[in-house]
Amino acid sequence: MNFTLHVWRQKDRNSPGKMEAIPAKNILPDMSFLEMLDIVNDDLMAQGKAPISFDHDCREGICGSCSLVINGRPHGPTRGTTCQTYMRHFKDGEAIYIEPWRAKAFPVICDLVTDRSAFDRIIQSGGYVSVNTGGAVDGNTLPIGKDTAELAMDTSACIGCGACVAACKNASAMLFVAAKVSHLGLLPQGQPERSSRALAMVNTMDKEGFGNCTNQYECEAVCPKEISADWISRLNRDYIAAAGSPGE
Amino acid sequence: MLAPVKTSIGKKAIMGVTGVLLVLFVLGHMTGNLLIFAGRDAINEYARFLHEAGHGALIWVARLGLLAVFVTHMSLAFILRAENRMARPVRYVVEDTVQASWASRNMMLTGIVMLLFLIYHIAHFTLGATDPATFKGAFEPRGEQKLEDVYQMVVKGFQQPVVAGLYLLAQLALCVHLWHGAGSWMQSLGLNRGKLRQTSRLVGPVIALAVLAGNTLIVLACLLGIVTV
Ligand code: HEM
Ligand code: FES
Repeated sequence: MNFTLHVWRQKDRNSPGKMEAIPAKNILPDMSFLEMLDIVNDDLMAQGKAPISFDHDCREGICGSCSLVINGRPHGPTRGTTCQTYMRHFKDGEAIYIEPWRAKAFPVICDLVTDRSAFDRIIQSGGYVSVNTGGAVDGNTLPIGKDTAELAMDTSACIGCGACVAACKNASAMLFVAAKVSHLGLLPQGQPERSSRALAMVNTMDKEGFGNCTNQYECEAVCPKEISADWISRLNRDYIAAAGSPGE
Repeated sequence: MLAPVKTSIGKKAIMGVTGVLLVLFVLGHMTGNLLIFAGRDAINEYARFLHEAGHGALIWVARLGLLAVFVTHMSLAFILRAENRMARPVRYVVEDTVQASWASRNMMLTGIVMLLFLIYHIAHFTLGATDPATFKGAFEPRGEQKLEDVYQMVVKGFQQPVVAGLYLLAQLALCVHLWHGAGSWMQSLGLNRGKLRQTSRLVGPVIALAVLAGNTLIVLACLLGIVTV
């Protein structure tokens, strides 16, 4: 298969970028999107040109490193991650537009690579539980109902890729924060810090320059881990309860 | 104390509360106006009640309250919009939409159309400024007194195609605004639990269509001569 890629090229944080047309030739349908880019980069390097920078690590859909907005959709036309997107999902000869995550809070470092450390700072501000040091607690001393465990599992599936921010019309990080706040807030270990966590993580989210949720649910539609925007309602509930409770 | 209100979720919560209050007003306003189908006396009595309740104080309390809600809703709309624009300084070359409705993407447009209409609406009915000819003659003799004949004002007003057209256009904007907004507040205030969001997705469209039907019925009935002076 052959494609014409239109790729965002940007030398570094401070340089202006622009879209550049780059041909992708002799691509096999069963190559992943990233393997296709590897081939294109080999070609570019053989011609003495700079390869396209893009994020990737596990290439098996679990780390959340890969990104890319492909033809306007984060992680491309299928629901999974970009590394799990295959060229057979595209038409031979198609023009494919590849852009980085676009958000003030995710500045472009180079080409398609963005700095997503804003997510790390949100986690640092409250995405943890405090545990006393000392002897480890015996397993199963804290019983957790299966339903609760399953729900916590659903939210903990978030790999922090940032597709929700990229898809949101307002570059809001609400789905990410909702998943992280709910994951810990569902479990008994997360209860003592439930209010302060919600307040702190939302404050950090705002400070990092993410936008405001307008309940359009583009985030859940592209989330590779299918995290539901219902969790955003729960975050709103937790936040409003925490903000209105005495002592906060 | 006010800090939480200034966060993204705080602002959205206020947007939701003010939105609901406006929806309640719209529903109440429509229900009252549907009295036109109950005849001249029904709607004129209702109008008089509004003006005279609490020795004429109630209507001013309601007006000022409504104004405060409206100004809050609108100011926050502009603030949220500005922040959301800033959150994505470089836009996508190709932008795709998976499930966000047209209504949800054009809240500002429909809001501004409503705002312009509202200015006209108040000038038209409340102040009687745009159509003085109709309004000067609209009195109902009642013993010694001459009372305002709201029924006649409405019917004669909407018999004019241009006036009726403006009202119908505004109803379209209101309908689209409510399509998203009249259900969206449930999410903003954190009321969607479990499967409720699937149901609450219908709340907006249902309210929007009910308001569209009720309000346009009044305008069309007058325009088409079904309700006459
Ligand atoms: C009769 C008048 C109005 C009614 C009944 C109304 C109702 C609503 C409701 C219920 C919401 C949803 C709030 C939420 O999602 O929590 C909303 C949102 C919104 N309204 Fe209005 N509104 C009115 C007038 C206006 C006006 C005049 C403007 C603008 C000038 C406006 C701009 C907006 C915007 C931009 C949103 C979306 C905010 C967001 O999702 O963050 N509205 N409205
Ligand atoms: S590279 Fe790890 S999820 Fe795609």
